[in-house]
Amino acid sequence: MTASDRTLAVIGAGPAGLAAALTAADQGVRVTLLDSAAQAGGQFYRQPAVGLGARRPEVLHHAWGTWLKLRDRLAAHIAAGRITYLSDRHVWLVEQHLEPGEVRGGAGFTVHALLGPEQVEPEAVTAAAVLLATGGYEKVLPFPGWTLPGVVTAGGAQAMLKGGLVLPGRTVVVAGTGPLLMPVAVGLAAAGARIAAYVESARPASLVRQAPTFAANPAKVVEAVGYAARLIRHRGRVTVRHAVVEAHGADRVEAVTVAALDADGRLRPGSERRIACDTLAVGHGMLAHTDLAESLGCAIDATGDPFVVTDAEQRTSVDGVWAAGEATGIGGAVLALAEGEIAGYSIAARLRGVEPGEADRAAPARTRARLRKFFAAIDTACAPPAHWTEQVTDDTVVCRCEEVPAGAVREAVRDLGATDLRTVKLLTRAGMGWCQGRICAPGVAGVAGCAAGPAKRTFARPVPLAVLAQEPDGRS
Amino acid sequence: MNPLELAGARPGPAFGVTLDGRAIEALPGQTVAAALWSAGVTSWRTTRGGGSPRGVFCGIGVCFDCLVTVNGRPNQRACLVPVRSGDVILTQEGTGHDGLG
Repeated sequence: MTASDRTLAVIGAGPAGLAAALTAADQGVRVTLLDSAAQAGGQFYRQPAVGLGARRPEVLHHAWGTWLKLRDRLAAHIAAGRITYLSDRHVWLVEQHLEPGEVRGGAGFTVHALLGPEQVEPEAVTAAAVLLATGGYEKVLPFPGWTLPGVVTAGGAQAMLKGGLVLPGRTVVVAGTGPLLMPVAVGLAAAGARIAAYVESARPASLVRQAPTFAANPAKVVEAVGYAARLIRHRGRVTVRHAVVEAHGADRVEAVTVAALDADGRLRPGSERRIACDTLAVGHGMLAHTDLAESLGCAIDATGDPFVVTDAEQRTSVDGVWAAGEATGIGGAVLALAEGEIAGYSIAARLRGVEPGEADRAAPARTRARLRKFFAAIDTACAPPAHWTEQVTDDTVVCRCEEVPAGAVREAVRDLGATDLRTVKLLTRAGMGWCQGRICAPGVAGVAGCAAGPAKRTFARPVPLAVLAQEPDGRS
Repeated sequence: MNPLELAGARPGPAFGVTLDGRAIEALPGQTVAAALWSAGVTSWRTTRGGGSPRGVFCGIGVCFDCLVTVNGRPNQRACLVPVRSGDVILTQEGTGHDGLG
């Protein structure tokens, strides 16, 4: 194998993909870094569009200094020709084509992408190894009114603010559960929105039970306290052990009903109160993008929310394919950086045909172990209310694309004998629309009372037929 | 305070687009969705079945709720597509293909 064969395709230029690409390039691997956005950074380091001329992009971010270092290292590797950075590439398939007799480390993969925001032109990149750093997206469970304009995912509100410097409205309720909500609320408030209510369904007591894990992560605790202090300074009203049970409005959200939860996660009757707002930013945790891994045949753990299974070196179950960051389980940017770095060392060694040195990855491995434990504790404490489906009325749309009401899903289970998500989908069309079940899967599964499971999509995003009909030239 | 002030933005000159014939000012670099939010518009699609209004939901290209017709091309994700001077943006009714025969 020659040096030029040691090529790595990294899919995703967020924290995990950047850390992996930079580490591998430091070790002499030739890297092609593909990302769907116009600028590197992923969702966490999403920056205002260049045309907006932001002089203080850091005000909407946490740990901006880390980003600046990543950015400078990337620029240096690009200038030296070690990293080829391809922005605006939406990867829809990674094809493995190991021929009989072809050795591991040969040019075994073709990464198929669509160019630009309109995603109609194809491109292909070949590589000996692939790192999936495909990130995650927000999980939102259905409730009456969640399809009204002005109801947005918390992360979506943050992405539009960071990237476009816009707000959806002026009076915002931030609701749901999980650690993303706090920075979202603080960002919206700093940008001029009034936080009419901050509604977290988790119980403080369940956080206290995780105290030893939190004590082992003082930086995370300081971060959380800092956000809370800033939110209070912006006069945000924080309410715990409450949930939004309905969004009201005709053509857009005008108010929400918030209610208290009892110790079992059921509504306390009579505790409902109505809060006027023009925006509801809502989220119930995060989901991993596992499509490319699934289509490659990588093992997926689907006992809960699905994620890509990796070993100590961040290798997936498929030879030549690594994964890092949210795709391997939700854990935030610092964990993603650690996993990317570990993967980068592993890839560089394995492409040379040697075992990676333990010493290289000792520090990021310690970070990884600590933060995985931390986020497991967060997951336990910030699970959605146990009985959330009781608020989903039969006429609540659960599949937004196909407009399938919860009543149809319940009928499929109760009267037609569906016991799994696939049968529910065939009987109701829930999950057959544009988003291919990415948004509705947890909600439909919850209402149906079955597991979500991996989706087994052939392609990671819609592909024009004209693209499928032609054979693009590979580049490497 | 607004987001542009907060980030110390000095955008290039604003330009004009239209939404259903109504003039709207957009800033360079914004997506179609960001330009519409700036103009106070939060819905620009009606659903195929119920005719319900929709706009941005996930904001990152996953949910397809923000589909819109731009310059005659239906089903563009407003949260991904950059807005350009002179864009003719139409509220997308249903599949966006109703007028195509």
